[in-house]
Amino acid sequence: MKAKKSGGNSLFSVTAILLILLVWQIVCSAGLVSPYLLPSPVDVVKAFISDLPLLIQNARITLIEAFVGLGLGIVIGFVFAMMMDRFEPLYKAFYPLIVLTQTIPTVAIAPLLVLWFGYEMTPKVLLIILATFFPIAVSMLDGFRSADRDTIRLLESMGASGWQIFRHVKFPGALPQFFASLRISVSYAIVTAVVAEWLGGFGGLGVYMTRVRKSFSFDKMFAVIFLISALSLLLMKLVEVIQKACMPWTKTQ
Amino acid sequence: MADLSIRDVSFSYGETQILKDVSLHLKDQELVSLLGESGGGKTTLFHVIAGVLRPDRGQVLLNGQDITGESGHVSYMLQKDLLLPYRTIIDNVCLPLLLAGMKKKEARAKAAPNFADFGLAGTELQYPHQLSGGMRQRAALLRTYMFSLSREGSPVAALLDEPFSALDTLTRQEMHRWYLGMMEKIRLSTLFITHDIDEAILLSDRICLLTGRPGTISEEIVIERPKSKRDGFAVTEEFLEYKKRILKGLKRT
Repeated sequence: MKAKKSGGNSLFSVTAILLILLVWQIVCSAGLVSPYLLPSPVDVVKAFISDLPLLIQNARITLIEAFVGLGLGIVIGFVFAMMMDRFEPLYKAFYPLIVLTQTIPTVAIAPLLVLWFGYEMTPKVLLIILATFFPIAVSMLDGFRSADRDTIRLLESMGASGWQIFRHVKFPGALPQFFASLRISVSYAIVTAVVAEWLGGFGGLGVYMTRVRKSFSFDKMFAVIFLISALSLLLMKLVEVIQKACMPWTKTQ
Repeated sequence: MADLSIRDVSFSYGETQILKDVSLHLKDQELVSLLGESGGGKTTLFHVIAGVLRPDRGQVLLNGQDITGESGHVSYMLQKDLLLPYRTIIDNVCLPLLLAGMKKKEARAKAAPNFADFGLAGTELQYPHQLSGGMRQRAALLRTYMFSLSREGSPVAALLDEPFSALDTLTRQEMHRWYLGMMEKIRLSTLFITHDIDEAILLSDRICLLTGRPGTISEEIVIERPKSKRDGFAVTEEFLEYKKRILKGLKRT
């Protein structure tokens, strides 16, 4: 039943996308908009194919940055959440600080990071860490803290240690929240990598984007935009697959 | 031999005294019910015995050893089954053994032979949400029993706090019949907390009435009929006599 319904939903959205592409193509083919300002979908596909090797090469760099940054973001977020759950003073001290880091716009500190750490990978990775560790830390912390009191008491009565309670109750209980935030974080990671590359770098989709913009190749510009969102979607899907593998009990629900 | 004795336990939440000089003795392999109205301190006493709360005065002794305020000596089971939703039934049941440091494989091997007796054959690899309420309570009871096995050499007592009260009438009756048979087999010393008079008479060797504010044990009633002859007990004159006596005892205060 459920599969059928979601299949029906995607049918609607695919139709909508095709319709938009069709209108777009017609507008361009009819010459209503100058091709310099808005390339037609066909032009974009052509640009994508002709520049494919270059796109792949740059995408590789962006993806590496995103993965390293996200990986570290997860580790740091996890450690923060664990410590803040375990030690109340740390929670009181750091929670507001973590919220504060989120009010700083990424774009605003990116140039500073480039200034301090150069054009290599470091500033990009740092920026991605800043962008991703917050949702991870906050969601995991919420997950840990919302663990059922009665269950914890029961395990304590069986002689469970603090670590055993974390391992058997808090951690698995926080997994749904963790994966929900991970889905957001992967797209943050990609977007942040691109933004960081705009401000300076030797490679990556952001750098590619800046170059094609400067040469007014808007067809390539669109091609790279689509590639970025395709990558984000793919990674979000990947998170879903990993989630299902890590949480086998949800399959039977 | 598990022998649990509670000596002159008093407990207050702030200004309000909940328990006053409560004494109770649970002999080996005996099932004693603690009967009293809701909010009368049953659950507080329960938490004191489980070691979750420390009494203001008095002692809890298990096999002569002072365990006042210490958890890890008695296992308990509540109205809520508290099975971990992300663990299969066998892994839920094994939990006390794992917490005691046993290897997973060994723990499973130890738990598996009990599934048939507990009416849980075939559910080993299922998740809690796939089981009916009655089945989940059986699994919770098996987990409680496994805890008693995890302390070989130093047998433990089990505390059951209204374990069947969330089940529908038919399931509850079936569980009572099953439970009596089961107890004949596993001979777990059990303190059974309930507000259901019929349930208490049907299952117990002895019933202690916890009455008054602050609560104290006002009367002790021995159910003479052997547990193997409790089929149809509920419709006998004898049963009604017990019921009258208990109702009188509860009303007096």
